[in-house]
Amino acid sequence: MALEQTDVEKIAHLARLHVSTEEATEVAKRISSILELIDQMQGIDTENVAPMAHSFDAIQRLRPDVVTETDQREYLQKIAPSTQDGLYLVPKVIE
Amino acid sequence: MSDRTVAALSRSLAQGEFSSVELTQDYLSRIALHNKGLNAFITVTEELALAQAAQADAQRAKGQHGPLTGIPIAHKDIFCIQDVRTTCGSKMLSNFIAPYNATVVERLNAAGTVTLGKTNMDEFAMGSSNETSFFGPVRNPWDNERVPGGSSGGSAAAVAADLCAIATGTDTGGSIRQPAAFCGITGFKPSYGRISRWGMIAFASSLDQAGPISKSAEDAALMMNAIAGPDSRDSTCVEGAAPDYMSTLNDSLKGLRIGVPRQHITKGLGAEVEKALQEALKVFESLGATVQEIDLPNNHLSVSAYYVIAPAEASANLSRFDGVRYGYRCDKPVNLEDMYKRSRSEGFGDEVKRRILVGTYALSAGYYDAYYLKAQRIRRLIKQDFDAAFKEVDIIIGPTTPHTAFKIGEKSDDPVTMYLEDIYTIGVNLAGLPGISIPAGSTSASGKALPIGIQLVGSDFAEAKVLNIAHQFQLHTDWHKQTAEV
Repeated sequence: MALEQTDVEKIAHLARLHVSTEEATEVAKRISSILELIDQMQGIDTENVAPMAHSFDAIQRLRPDVVTETDQREYLQKIAPSTQDGLYLVPKVIE
Repeated sequence: MSDRTVAALSRSLAQGEFSSVELTQDYLSRIALHNKGLNAFITVTEELALAQAAQADAQRAKGQHGPLTGIPIAHKDIFCIQDVRTTCGSKMLSNFIAPYNATVVERLNAAGTVTLGKTNMDEFAMGSSNETSFFGPVRNPWDNERVPGGSSGGSAAAVAADLCAIATGTDTGGSIRQPAAFCGITGFKPSYGRISRWGMIAFASSLDQAGPISKSAEDAALMMNAIAGPDSRDSTCVEGAAPDYMSTLNDSLKGLRIGVPRQHITKGLGAEVEKALQEALKVFESLGATVQEIDLPNNHLSVSAYYVIAPAEASANLSRFDGVRYGYRCDKPVNLEDMYKRSRSEGFGDEVKRRILVGTYALSAGYYDAYYLKAQRIRRLIKQDFDAAFKEVDIIIGPTTPHTAFKIGEKSDDPVTMYLEDIYTIGVNLAGLPGISIPAGSTSASGKALPIGIQLVGSDFAEAKVLNIAHQFQLHTDWHKQTAEV
């Protein structure tokens, strides 16, 4: 399936990526050629085949619900772009 | 030092021929001399290496040592090392100092290895040539105008050029095996779930697996003994202790049934690679194995299914890079959405953005069934093909790649052409199987020798068998002993 420039802009927004109008045409072309490759699987009959999410169909195992981690807030926030009073700072979201 | 395998270096260390500090200094000087040309390392951890080497020597003096004590190693820059910059080949993490160790790193540290540094890679492991790295392409030690393969290209080039004794890599669609083939060394992807993914930056979580990049199958077994086995911090890592991979290396190959997939020997396969494969099969026959053709009828669909599943998982995994808690943040964001969008657009390279967009599209409302679920159904067909084949044979042997290493820039303009080069390796990840690439021949182009790799694929969790067969081949051939002139 071939994508249009407007499709790319819509997907880019969902992925929180900025794609300029000039870039969008080129990106649409590239992604369309990838989709063409992907579409080779569309002709295959998979009606009675169950989807496989994991190579040996494993299920998530559980562990006892106990605290195993220590508080490392200060240490982990040292690598953050911007913090204050133990909180992560981002641009104002509420006017 | 003529023999730089881990096994040989370990014997020399044990006999006191040199210390780990001396060995480490030798590797550091080789890195200082050759890395500028090869670009195999993103970060060299000289201080850490010398401290770990001194500690290894002290332990050896006390008699507390194992086969990896004091062995200089390089880690793909996808593994977190505490207090060391961990970039994943991306601008997004170019300032990221990891706050903890990956399980693989922790276990290799405990085994006494010496960390020389972090190796270059395709950005977020998305690539087959190392050209998508933010830190520039790695050059193939056999021919500097060619790619080393990817995504673990820095690790492969470093091992091939003797800038480390052994290295870690990760493999999502061939990222250990393909660069091993292109660089003339051994690259082993264990079964999915055999090695913990904790602290290994995620690309496609149902496919990613760590493994050794080494100069021999024996060295790969030595590393596997240190890193394989359950980890409470990775719930997809299988329970039950891993076997001793060294103890079965010398098992006889008499009566071994080898299957060669008909679908791998097609017109897309280079003549010189096919010739090397046929010669290798003769070696196995001389060791008592029998060879038969098998079918993997859905293998041609593996690339299509992979380019839905891997980008879909990547688009979810990479949503964590939002400029809030770590990593790159854009300058002067006007609002939160602007911060997300510009941090991600400026922090990620083109190939990563393309895959995020493809994955987002495949998972979006209205397309999920047609793309994502369809790809998962194809994935099951591919797995079933392997299951059927392993009822007939013990091991599947074929080419690792259709051709030898290509030139830098030759395929970077057309992502789809590049993707199709992984036609023999991708199905193995979709099925979660163990696979190894070992050197099995050589060809020449523009007067330069270029190595050829063959791939051995085992059934679920048959790592020991795969390493045994690869080791027996290497006992009877010299291809893995050929070294690049750097």
